[in-house]
Amino acid sequence: MILEMKGIKKSFDDLEVLKDISFNVDSGEVVSVIGPSGSGKSTLLRCATFLETVDAGQITYMGKSAVTTNAEGRAHYVPHAELNQIKRYFGLVFQQFNLFPHYSVLKNITDAPIHVQKRPKEQVHAEAMELLRKMNLENRADAYPCQLSGGQQQRVAIARALALKPEILFFDEPTSALDPELTGEVLKVIRQLAEEKMTMVVVTHEMPFARAVSNRVIFMDKGVIVEQGDPEDVFGNPQQERTVQFLRNYQR
Amino acid sequence: MTLSTMLSAMGEGMLRSCAIFFLTILFSMPLGMVIMFLRRSRLKLVSGITKIYIAIMRGTPLMLQLLMWYFGPYYLFGMSIRGYRLPAIIIGFSMNYAAYFAEIYRGGMETIPQGQYEAAEVLGYSKTQTFFKIILPQVVKAILPSVTNEIITLVKDTSLAFTLAYNEMFSLAKQIAASQTSFTPFIIAGVFYFIANYAVAFIMERIEKALDYYK
Repeated sequence: MILEMKGIKKSFDDLEVLKDISFNVDSGEVVSVIGPSGSGKSTLLRCATFLETVDAGQITYMGKSAVTTNAEGRAHYVPHAELNQIKRYFGLVFQQFNLFPHYSVLKNITDAPIHVQKRPKEQVHAEAMELLRKMNLENRADAYPCQLSGGQQQRVAIARALALKPEILFFDEPTSALDPELTGEVLKVIRQLAEEKMTMVVVTHEMPFARAVSNRVIFMDKGVIVEQGDPEDVFGNPQQERTVQFLRNYQR
Repeated sequence: MTLSTMLSAMGEGMLRSCAIFFLTILFSMPLGMVIMFLRRSRLKLVSGITKIYIAIMRGTPLMLQLLMWYFGPYYLFGMSIRGYRLPAIIIGFSMNYAAYFAEIYRGGMETIPQGQYEAAEVLGYSKTQTFFKIILPQVVKAILPSVTNEIITLVKDTSLAFTLAYNEMFSLAKQIAASQTSFTPFIIAGVFYFIANYAVAFIMERIEKALDYYK
């Protein structure tokens, strides 16, 4: 088990965004999270990556506890140093890419492995070039993000996340900020990673992609997991009325 | 009095003006950074006091502030103010300009999208690394035009040191103009400020160009 989330609760002021969500990811699994906007799927990802703090629940990566909940039901995070170790297990790809504009493509990818993980420069560079080749961007190593298309920027962002060698990679609507004709190149890269058995959780609105690439689909609505399972079952034979309704709206 | 004797008489004043200028830059720019952080503090008391400080620095004449820094210690504590002229000028200028720089920095910090902090956090950068490697370089680029404006104003403001009878260039120009009944010293002073600011603009433009490689 790479990630275990149990009984996750999160509210923003009076609005309950996650209502007691439990969610596991096994090694090599590709999980798609779908659902209407405001359903809490992005918040779930942000809680899993510690960008938001949960109100209650447990989060465990690779058997190491990051968040526990005490008897009063309040979440407790492990100390900073331990949490930083656990952060190494995952990577996150943002909807808006969030590349560092003042760094070249290559530096965007190599800077954290060199200055955060303290790995040898030459090795990191060689690996970064390999990643760029995989992303079909080996000739853009010296370009700056502003010189790239959205699709290219997102592929650099994926390479940047992979350079830290995470056990699991999260994608927060990775194609939502892209022009329709650019989504394909990003989805192709994710599909390729799936074939290599990279563990991934993808929050997405790309239904055909979710159906084709993932091992498991989770449908969320109003802060709860309404339905989950094999993509063929969820898309082909949804059990819950809410899922049927959501998918019908999508097909129109 | 010939032009060259006027120039040499004013020369020392130019050096003094330059000293005020460079010392003020040296102290006010880093101090502005500290004030910016205090202003952004999550502690209401700290940010509140800083806000009042900035309001006073920006809301009262620099000339008045200089008088206060110079004579204040004497009236308040009976401190001897002999030899305190230049320090008072530098303190006055630095405290005043730091307030302006703090607000410029703050504006610059606000142009940085939240996503930059989040990306840095997920990649494992420490808070210090995030600030110096990711945020600060982008802030510098964003604030350069406003900083240029502020520096140009400072060049001209150095003449306010005459308030404390400090013989910088403009005070000397006035003295010579009065004793020689000539307007020439003022023209020399004007040319001096103009050239100094031309140099400032030139250098800042170079820096802006050097940072033009990204958007």
